[in-house]
Amino acid sequence: MLIDVWYNLLNTLPFEWAHYVFMKNALLAVLLVTPLFALMGTMVVSNRMVFFTDVLGHSALTGIAIGVLLGFQDPALPMLLLAVLLSVGVNLLKNMTRASMDTILGVLFAFIVALGIVVLSRRGGFAKYTGYLIGDILTVTPAQIGWLLAIAAAVMVYWFAAGNAMIFTSISSSLARSRKVNTFWVETSFTVLLALVVILSIRLAGILIINSLLVLPAAAARNISRNMRAYTAWAVLISLFSGISGLIVSFYWGTASGATIVLFAAACYAVSALFGAGKNR
Amino acid sequence: MLNTCEHCCTRVEDLTVKLGSNVILSRVNLHVNCGEVVGVVGPNGAGKTTLLRTLMGEMPYQGRISFRVGGNPSQTPKIGYVPQKLHLEKGAPVSVADLVASAVTRRPVWAGIDGSTAGRVKEVLSLFSAEHLVKRKVGDLSGGELQRVLLAIAMTPAPDLLLLDEPASGVDAKGLALFYRIVRGLRQTHDISVVLVTHDLAGIYSYVDRMVLLNRGVIAEGRPQEVLADGKLVEVFGAALWNISCLPAIVKDKGKGGDNAD
Repeated sequence: MLIDVWYNLLNTLPFEWAHYVFMKNALLAVLLVTPLFALMGTMVVSNRMVFFTDVLGHSALTGIAIGVLLGFQDPALPMLLLAVLLSVGVNLLKNMTRASMDTILGVLFAFIVALGIVVLSRRGGFAKYTGYLIGDILTVTPAQIGWLLAIAAAVMVYWFAAGNAMIFTSISSSLARSRKVNTFWVETSFTVLLALVVILSIRLAGILIINSLLVLPAAAARNISRNMRAYTAWAVLISLFSGISGLIVSFYWGTASGATIVLFAAACYAVSALFGAGKNR
Repeated sequence: MLNTCEHCCTRVEDLTVKLGSNVILSRVNLHVNCGEVVGVVGPNGAGKTTLLRTLMGEMPYQGRISFRVGGNPSQTPKIGYVPQKLHLEKGAPVSVADLVASAVTRRPVWAGIDGSTAGRVKEVLSLFSAEHLVKRKVGDLSGGELQRVLLAIAMTPAPDLLLLDEPASGVDAKGLALFYRIVRGLRQTHDISVVLVTHDLAGIYSYVDRMVLLNRGVIAEGRPQEVLADGKLVEVFGAALWNISCLPAIVKDKGKGGDNAD
């Protein structure tokens, strides 16, 4: 098995953390998920979709609730379906109205969170689900890593096929359409991929902080990049750095890994903001 | 003399565009010939941008829009479009090279721009006096610089119909004159027709072959001098909007009927 090659490789490292299977799995997940988040994040930030991804993350609560109501053992399927439905719906709405999506998303956010909490808190049972709020990357299984690998491959295919179309779509949809770009298709595929990435990693990253993991590396990269290549490369590097450092430090501190990773990413953002401000002066 | 619809032309007949119960354009007729620069002027809310969006196939309409390309009827002419503004913040990490490279190659620019693409990008930009902007961020360009870069993109590949949406907004007089000169120059090098919409009556006066005064419908149409001489112009724009220093000179000039600058 490929995973055994990875385990044996880490056994050669002279660190305590590298000898636990849960850390080996977690590190592999981090190496896979953080570049993926960085890529998606660059477009989320460029297209001002930060609030939307927060809504997507929180829709997991409602997805779980629907799963509970319908008697699903594993809420993954209802979570995924709801998030995909939400992505397509919001995208349709965005194309139909020329009004700001801010308020619409705000209303949606309030509704889905409230609905999720009401269903899950029946008879005082919400405590069972707090794990989803904080997430736990240490519980990741090789099977979940397999799923993440599949979605990462899909994102890479999309990034190669639609990379330039995305730039035009993001700066002017009319300009994009004049260049025969199918903007609806470009945007819808992106939001559906985003929904898949968010929901497939929600168990690892947690509802409360998944958005920070998406947004911070791209936001930091934006401060110090002059072009798309630098933007993408810096976002991936910052995301990988925060992910690996946060995971290892959380092992020694005994803290939640996701939140520790976010702290590292936030520190990167602060440094990049200072550096960017210095350069522009 | 202008070509008479030999290569490309756009014909709009009885065009009506409604948004709900709101009539934005009503029974518009327009014919743009190959090699012609047509300026559509009108006050804010006259339906100028809607006209462009309808030509681009973005709006449902009643009436008929037909294109000819290479002398033959075409459903899908190549349209070059220069938008009025971009959704791009100052400092956003998109360079001029990124944007132009996205137009000349399918290879994604986030993976880097290879040598031959970089050469193509410079070549394209140099045709529009913009090669020195290649490394600048698009969001940091001045209005005039941005217009030239967007024009370079709209002309790559060369379209049959070029649509310019309010090129005057945020551009200083010198930048605008350069931009309009480049646009007129395109007629010599390409089989192309140009429609530009603007509220900047004075700016386009000497650069367009024909002027169309639009206020939901076509109010007046003809050579710039004829449209300026038409009393309907003041009716539509309102005397208060005539605060443009060079307009008195233009209006005085209108009787002479001289040729446009080229």
